[in-house]
Amino acid sequence: MPAVSKGDGMRGLAVFISDIRNCKSKEAEIKRINKELANIRSKFKGDKALDGYSKKKYVCKLLFIFLLGHDIDFGHMEAVNLLSSNKYTEKQIGYLFISVLVNSNSELIRLINNAIKNDLSSRNPTFMCLALHCIANVGSREMAEAFAGEIPRILVAGDTMDSVKQSAALCLLRLYKASPDLVLMGEWTSRVVHLLNDQHMGVVTAAISLITCLSSKNPDEFKTCVSLAVSRLSRIVSSASTDLQDYTYYFVPAPWLSCKLLRLLQCYPPPEDGAVKGRLVECLETILNKAQEPPKSKKVQHSNAKNAILFEAISLIIHYDSEPNLLVRACNQLGQFLQHRETNLRYLALESMCTLASSEFSHEAVKTHIETVINALKTERDVSVRQRAADLLYAMCDRSNAKQIVAEMLSYLETADYSIREEMVLKVAILAEKYAVDYSWYVDTILNLIRIAGDYVSEEVWYRVIQIVINRDDVQGYAAKTVFEALQAPACHENMVKVGGYILGEFGNLIAGDPRSSPLVQFNLLHSKFHLCSVPTRALLLSAYIKFINLFPETKATIQEVLRSDSQIRNSDVELQQRAVEYLKLSSIASTDVLATVLEEMPPFPERESSILAKLKKKKGPGAVTVELEDGKERGELNGGGDRGGDAAIAASNASTPSPSADLLGLRSTAPVSGTTPSAGSLLVDVFSEAGPSATSAGVNDDGFLSALHAPEASDSPLVEGPGDSDSAPPTVASEDPAPPLPESDELLNKFVCKNNGVLFENQLLQIGIKSEYRQNLGRMYLFYGNKTSVQFVSFNTTVSCPGELQSQLNVQTKTVEPLVEGGAQVQQVINIECLTDFIDAPLLNIKFRYGGALQNISLKLPVTINKFFQPTEMAAADFFQRWKQLSQPQQEAQKIFKASHGMDTEVLKAKLLGLGTALLENVDPNPENYVCAGVIQTKAQQVGCLLRLEPNAQAQPGEQMYRLTLRSSKDTVSQRVCDLLAEQF
Amino acid sequence: MIGGLFIYNHKGEVLISRVYRDDIGRNAVDAFRVNVIHARQQVRSPVTNIARTSFFHVKRSNIWLAAVTKQNVNAAMVFEFLYKMCDVMTAYFGKISEENIKNNFVLIYELLDEILDFGYPQNSETGALKTFITQTGIKSQSKEEQSQITSQVTGQIGWRREGIKYRRNELFLDVLESVNLLMSPQGQVLSAHVSGRVVMKSYLSGMPECKFGMNDKIVIDKQGKGGATEEAAGKRSGHQSIAIDDCTFHQCVRLSKFDAERSISFIPPDGECELMRYRTTKDIILPFRVIPLVREVGRTKLEVKVVIKSNFKPSLLAQKIEVRIPTPLNTSGVQVICMKGKAKYKASENAIVWKIKRMAGMKESQISAEIELLPTNDKKKWARPPISMNFEVPFAPSGLKVRYLKVFEPKLNYSDHDVIKWVRYIGRSGIYETRC
Repeated sequence: MPAVSKGDGMRGLAVFISDIRNCKSKEAEIKRINKELANIRSKFKGDKALDGYSKKKYVCKLLFIFLLGHDIDFGHMEAVNLLSSNKYTEKQIGYLFISVLVNSNSELIRLINNAIKNDLSSRNPTFMCLALHCIANVGSREMAEAFAGEIPRILVAGDTMDSVKQSAALCLLRLYKASPDLVLMGEWTSRVVHLLNDQHMGVVTAAISLITCLSSKNPDEFKTCVSLAVSRLSRIVSSASTDLQDYTYYFVPAPWLSCKLLRLLQCYPPPEDGAVKGRLVECLETILNKAQEPPKSKKVQHSNAKNAILFEAISLIIHYDSEPNLLVRACNQLGQFLQHRETNLRYLALESMCTLASSEFSHEAVKTHIETVINALKTERDVSVRQRAADLLYAMCDRSNAKQIVAEMLSYLETADYSIREEMVLKVAILAEKYAVDYSWYVDTILNLIRIAGDYVSEEVWYRVIQIVINRDDVQGYAAKTVFEALQAPACHENMVKVGGYILGEFGNLIAGDPRSSPLVQFNLLHSKFHLCSVPTRALLLSAYIKFINLFPETKATIQEVLRSDSQIRNSDVELQQRAVEYLKLSSIASTDVLATVLEEMPPFPERESSILAKLKKKKGPGAVTVELEDGKERGELNGGGDRGGDAAIAASNASTPSPSADLLGLRSTAPVSGTTPSAGSLLVDVFSEAGPSATSAGVNDDGFLSALHAPEASDSPLVEGPGDSDSAPPTVASEDPAPPLPESDELLNKFVCKNNGVLFENQLLQIGIKSEYRQNLGRMYLFYGNKTSVQFVSFNTTVSCPGELQSQLNVQTKTVEPLVEGGAQVQQVINIECLTDFIDAPLLNIKFRYGGALQNISLKLPVTINKFFQPTEMAAADFFQRWKQLSQPQQEAQKIFKASHGMDTEVLKAKLLGLGTALLENVDPNPENYVCAGVIQTKAQQVGCLLRLEPNAQAQPGEQMYRLTLRSSKDTVSQRVCDLLAEQF
Repeated sequence: MIGGLFIYNHKGEVLISRVYRDDIGRNAVDAFRVNVIHARQQVRSPVTNIARTSFFHVKRSNIWLAAVTKQNVNAAMVFEFLYKMCDVMTAYFGKISEENIKNNFVLIYELLDEILDFGYPQNSETGALKTFITQTGIKSQSKEEQSQITSQVTGQIGWRREGIKYRRNELFLDVLESVNLLMSPQGQVLSAHVSGRVVMKSYLSGMPECKFGMNDKIVIDKQGKGGATEEAAGKRSGHQSIAIDDCTFHQCVRLSKFDAERSISFIPPDGECELMRYRTTKDIILPFRVIPLVREVGRTKLEVKVVIKSNFKPSLLAQKIEVRIPTPLNTSGVQVICMKGKAKYKASENAIVWKIKRMAGMKESQISAEIELLPTNDKKKWARPPISMNFEVPFAPSGLKVRYLKVFEPKLNYSDHDVIKWVRYIGRSGIYETRC
């Protein structure tokens, strides 16, 4: 705000404000305000017109009162009057009041718009700026509608002043962000790009913000900006610090502009033109060189500005990921920062290094800093920096340094902050598995993990240990011995007891030879922990006991005694009681042979076969989900071996076919995990989980124990989240991307054929809800991305693409979403769809984001189907049959006869047919059982009339009920597509 | 078990902080400030729970008193204690204000040490406290005096010391009532109750045994049983009996006797004490009737006429009458005409305030006002808050009468007749509102 001249001092306002400031209590303040409001009301009411000065003064007071948090319900008119004043201060106050207080649905908006229009067309640059600022501050849809056409004109007009251009660029940016659909691209866009060449640095800075935003949406349209930006950048970088005068900030030439230029370049791939590229590389080198130069000033602003450019340059280098030389130099530069005094710099360096570590050129260079990073983890005072250090360690880990890193992380875990422990545990578990060379090391690590941070070890982690131990003969003995030793500690974590119980139950015999760990000693050790454990663990221990009876007949008497005790056989917990009773009976009735068969050792999980199966499934379903490894190179050579991929697949295969090798030691009576986490993790869980209460009702025979291994329905988990690198991903992670089979994704699509709202997709991290509406050939879809974790998603980015010929059939416009999704927050995205002509495929939605440093990549089909563009048509019977006959050519008809997969409930059928979008015609078909519908599909190119007839044979036995669905339309592809879509619905 | 006690000024600065138990951390002080005193929305609940810690607060002018606890305490006990604490502070240094608290902080800490012990409330009787917590310099007490204090504080009658002597045995009794009313515009009583206190100031020698009697319905009925019917009993006693809904007594009253015989007998503390508190809801004498008339003339004008009628014996005089007529929030000007008293539009309170100094019973008076309004673009209609009233009348609106107060002092040989007794009735308005 420019200083107000003495005459305009507004003494009354100053007095009022000081009165308010001097108020002793809230009550006194309210009293003073009430008094002032009454005064202003009487002034505004007064019949004599107020002069501009007092109007301004009172509007100012109202504004101040409003900003103190009180409601203001008058004075708007006076403020609008101020807009037409010719005095700068009065106009300014008017605009200020309006941008703070006037809401968009006010009836005054027309008057305001008029005033703004006048100011925009005036030749006075200050007035124009004020008007532009007001538009930007309000930024409502109405404003955008009124001025979106005008502002670009001002922006590119030749005679506009620089300051106005600046304002116009920023104002347009604001409008574009608020309502991108209203800012139409036109011939001005190409001229905006040339603003990069403007003489005035302020204009360039403002314009570049606008261009960056616009080009992230329409990269092609702004392609030319790359070379301009590069040349601008090189001019700045190579200029002496004094050349730019006003735009030199503490000896750094135009730091803001440089950063913005570098950021703009990050929207594009490396320039193809050799000359441009050479120039850019030169610039980047210069920036890196400058970082080495001694600072020209000791002021913190100087180094901040310099580093800001440097970091932006480094992220550009990482973005290009094609200049090994630069990457290594960047890495070295960051390495210097790792030990810098400034905490922020260390943080930024670690963060950038995380991304550098995933580049193949700089991975080795990053690894050289391992000692520094470990040191940072240990000695850093700031927890967020420690977190970054942990992330970086995780990212730089490979086979060569895995042991060291895992050991460091483990030792750090003992002192780690509670907030990051769980994440650390998962990371350790993942790394230990991924890079395990010998599995005894793996077992040691995980057991250590449970010992150090038992509370933070999730189920999946210890499930995984058991799976691996069972699958690998060579570690079983070692595992049994280690577990036995670990259990001897006076206080064990419950997870340790679980692992111990399971492993000793399976492989206790391998260490029974040693008198120190004789069967009875083993049993007593386990039983000493029994009473301290929760119910599920006790259930597991009981199963371990029965296995003991099989392994060591000599313990039979002791164990039976335990099972017979009242605390077991009459336990108030149904599950425990049942197990005790059943196991007791089993052990006393069954002969040793039967016992040996029933309680046979767990067979290893079939790996090879199912990994092929998983691959097969993946090849089939290209559209539904693709999961990328963050760093492609990790895939093959660095991977620990094929077996992990296999394991994930076992889970999948077990989930689909209840294998006879079912879990004898059904651990969990109620499988809470299986329903809730449809992810790779839950697949694992399922191997161990029983199908709930059904298990308990089964008898004491094989069938009873083999109570089906119900996996959560495969359709619930069509997506498996990114492997390995995601923090929360359970330890199956390192597997190859387990893309789900295509049927699931289509099913998902089918779910939305007859409805417009619902949950499109959900996994552990993300939930996507959908809400859509269609009119004529236009549709609008709202996608709600919900972050289910407590950590924010960074670089959240979604794209909608129309593969193949869909591009010419469907016009899809999307609004960008915020790149940051806070933990627990939900962001909304609007997608506008225009149907150009009829289509078959659905557009693909691709979601990418970083969660705790790991890239997540999810692809889905957007549920846009041709039937969404139906307009219902009512018609009489005669009409219908006449049209029906007109469409009698064989290619116009599509017919399908199919079995009913749901019941034939009339109401449900009707609801579905209405949901399809057609009109349901009553009393048309002579047979009242049949359903007849009519509708017109609206596309931009043409309208396709469509008639539908659905004939159920309701009388048939359930199970043999069939439908005949006939569709006739004026276009053969439409008939076929609608017929296909609909056939899946009944 | 109060964990701690804090006193804040209106800005939320801590004036007094006393922590009695370890479970209350230093951050509790800030938690209350942030969540209650500086809360964005005004906190109306007197009990606030923040992070498993309960804060009980009362506000005296600009001062916040907050008791903090982590345990599940009796909230009524805590508030009773807080009120008592306010009484004690008032007795020691007058009005509770920031300045007074700052000037007396040593005294306050001393008091807090005495009246709360590890969070358990102790003797909070002002009279007793004043014997050993004094505002003047410490005078060296003799052994005897010290032992006397000890026996008194720990003894059966902690609220009165022995050996008090007065030349004139005098006794003052005040019946203070506040009458609360909500009335519909048509004159229908929507809710009404009287909450009253009997305050006693005694200057009696020795350890007098007192007995207090009033026209409590139950007592009167009981006496009446011996004679004829209830009606007759009522007549015989000369006045109507009243039904008391609930009452509480000062700790000196022997509750066992009250429960058994419904007689109120006690040894009073020296000086002032609040003998009892009670509440009645039946047969309330409403001293004033307010008849409002509000007419909206177009969008920009409002006409208000209010008539008040006094409804008690013409010989009595009501005082300090104040009628408060709320005005709409978009008032831009007011013209008032009234027959009696003074009326003024107070913009800072959004109300017309009409004051009358004195008014006899069975009279009426009226005021009329024209309110000009400023048209606003706000569609909200004016909520028409009720018209409220303040007054003071020299009788008890509940109808309570003191029948007797007998004093016996067996040791000192002065009889009931020698005591000079004064009784005074004051009825005040509580929330006395009429909708318009």
